[in-house]
Amino acid sequence: MSSTGLAPDTDVGTPGRRTRHWTTAMKWKGAAFTVPFFLGFVLLFIIPLGYAMWQSLFREQAAGGLGLTGTVTEFVGFDNFARVFADGKFWLGMSRVLIFAFILVPVMLAISLAMALLLDAARRRAVRFFRLGFLVPYMVPGIVAALMWIYIYSPRSGPLTPVLDDIGIDADFFASEMLWVSIGNLIVWNTIGFNMLIIYAALLSVPRELFDAARVDGASEWRIAWSIKIPHVRGPLALVGMLSIIGLVQIFNEPLLFRQVSPETVTKDFTPILFIYNQAFAANNYHYAAALSVVLALVIGAVSFVYYKIANRGGNA
Amino acid sequence: MSALKTSLKESPPAPARPVRKRRSRAAEDMPVGHGQTRRSQLFTLAGLGLFFIYSVAPVWWLITAATKNQRDLYADSGLRGLWFSDFNFIENLRQVLTYDDGIFARWTLNTVFYSGVGALVSTLIALAAGYGISKFQFRGRRIAMGFIVATFLVPGMLLAFPLYLLFSMLGLVDTVWAVLIPSFINAFSVYLAKVYCDSAVPDELLDAARVDGAGEVRVFFQIVVRIMTSGAATIFLLAFVGSWNSFFLPLMMLRGSDKWTLALGLYAWAGKRAETGTDLTSLVIMGSLLSTIPLAIFMIAMARFWRSGVTLGSIK
Repeated sequence: MSSTGLAPDTDVGTPGRRTRHWTTAMKWKGAAFTVPFFLGFVLLFIIPLGYAMWQSLFREQAAGGLGLTGTVTEFVGFDNFARVFADGKFWLGMSRVLIFAFILVPVMLAISLAMALLLDAARRRAVRFFRLGFLVPYMVPGIVAALMWIYIYSPRSGPLTPVLDDIGIDADFFASEMLWVSIGNLIVWNTIGFNMLIIYAALLSVPRELFDAARVDGASEWRIAWSIKIPHVRGPLALVGMLSIIGLVQIFNEPLLFRQVSPETVTKDFTPILFIYNQAFAANNYHYAAALSVVLALVIGAVSFVYYKIANRGGNA
Repeated sequence: MSALKTSLKESPPAPARPVRKRRSRAAEDMPVGHGQTRRSQLFTLAGLGLFFIYSVAPVWWLITAATKNQRDLYADSGLRGLWFSDFNFIENLRQVLTYDDGIFARWTLNTVFYSGVGALVSTLIALAAGYGISKFQFRGRRIAMGFIVATFLVPGMLLAFPLYLLFSMLGLVDTVWAVLIPSFINAFSVYLAKVYCDSAVPDELLDAARVDGAGEVRVFFQIVVRIMTSGAATIFLLAFVGSWNSFFLPLMMLRGSDKWTLALGLYAWAGKRAETGTDLTSLVIMGSLLSTIPLAIFMIAMARFWRSGVTLGSIK
């Protein structure tokens, strides 16, 4: 493109050959710019993935006979995977996070959408103030958010339990039946700001004339939001939903921190990643942990695929 | 209001025109507000207010809690927890900064270092890669782009464990590199850089520079990087925030507390109560507040950039 336009000007002798030569050189130079990234990409993505798959085919076993000399690593084929598929604890954790994501993602999307729509309907001066407020949670690092909410939930230091107690609700945020609600709330709190921003940005790109036209036709604000604004932000909503699902299936930080306060409820196999983490670092089952990782990747891939299909069919835009 | 009046004055008596003009002016002032009933305006404000309280109240609690000593923290239960008691902020600050030979300052510096260096290097690598993919027609660039987008979907945590195995083989575990190197490579940054480069860097300018005899490296550093400053700032910002918030990777890779990040340190402090019975709650609260402040200031100061990044990412 640009190269062919340039070459004839600078050229004197054999135009065709030199142009081709020049184009090839440019291609190589262009590719060279991407080399640092792709080198790192191979080192940090491809090799670890391949290595994990390779490791998942082995097992460490106590060396027979002497007993004291340690372990040998032997090739076991797909034995580790067979074990994964029969591992009730892993799949229980998996079903926990899948159900959790299934319930929480619509809630997250609905809240972020509501915030964005309200912001879009507000006067300009109010927008600035509220948008800043809505973004405060996004400025809080994930671990800090989790720690903070745990203190807020705590009956000893937090304001929530006594206040609920005063109005007659006996809440224990760390009880097993409340735990996912507690975790869900803190995740919603931590993420709605960013999600709201993405949706709000998309709302701003809706042509304003559409609203005027709808108003002239007698549409109410509700109707405008439902029939014009929401369809317009379908793409960003689907994207936010997808990223949220992928994030929630890998949930780790929050359960890990809740484990500090209620270890009997949040067991060490509570979520898939927590399970893998404990297999790898507490039980020293590297090979099994590698197999678990691969299976988890496949599950996430499958879930993303199904979600993508559904989101696309629904939107079809 | 004054704009409205002048527009009325200026407009000639033709009956239909002024009305339309007034509308469009008013619309500029309040995007959707005009034509709304009072009731729906009130509803909007009430909804905004509720979400505002939900967003801000927990942080407000953190701020008030950081000013209390541990006794007041536990004594002020209920709504009293949302207001100040004895002002102990300075004392808490002193405790956080001196506990365990001032390890907190060390963690802060580590976090700034990991995030700063990581974001800087990854931004440079991403700009180069994005530029290469955007402006050169080499074979495999489509596949490359496909790979990059596909990695958004590959869960980061999933790679973390195999990466740990690899790094332990290379002897990098529990070194600074174990946290730095993974932060250098960021597929989302490359994607953003490519999108920016597509829209911001004109081909003609590059060709002109080449005609003038500038080498490719010079074209990149003196033209492309300069034009893409604001895009680069967004990429840097998002990478910085991502590193600042990262927890799983440092948790796996780092053993010695002198290399820890703030998140890791706070996690360890919070866990002390369960492990050894030492209650460091007021330290954790103060530390949480302290670790949030730099990030908040940084983000507010650069709000312009990351807003544009988010918008761009969502459109494509």
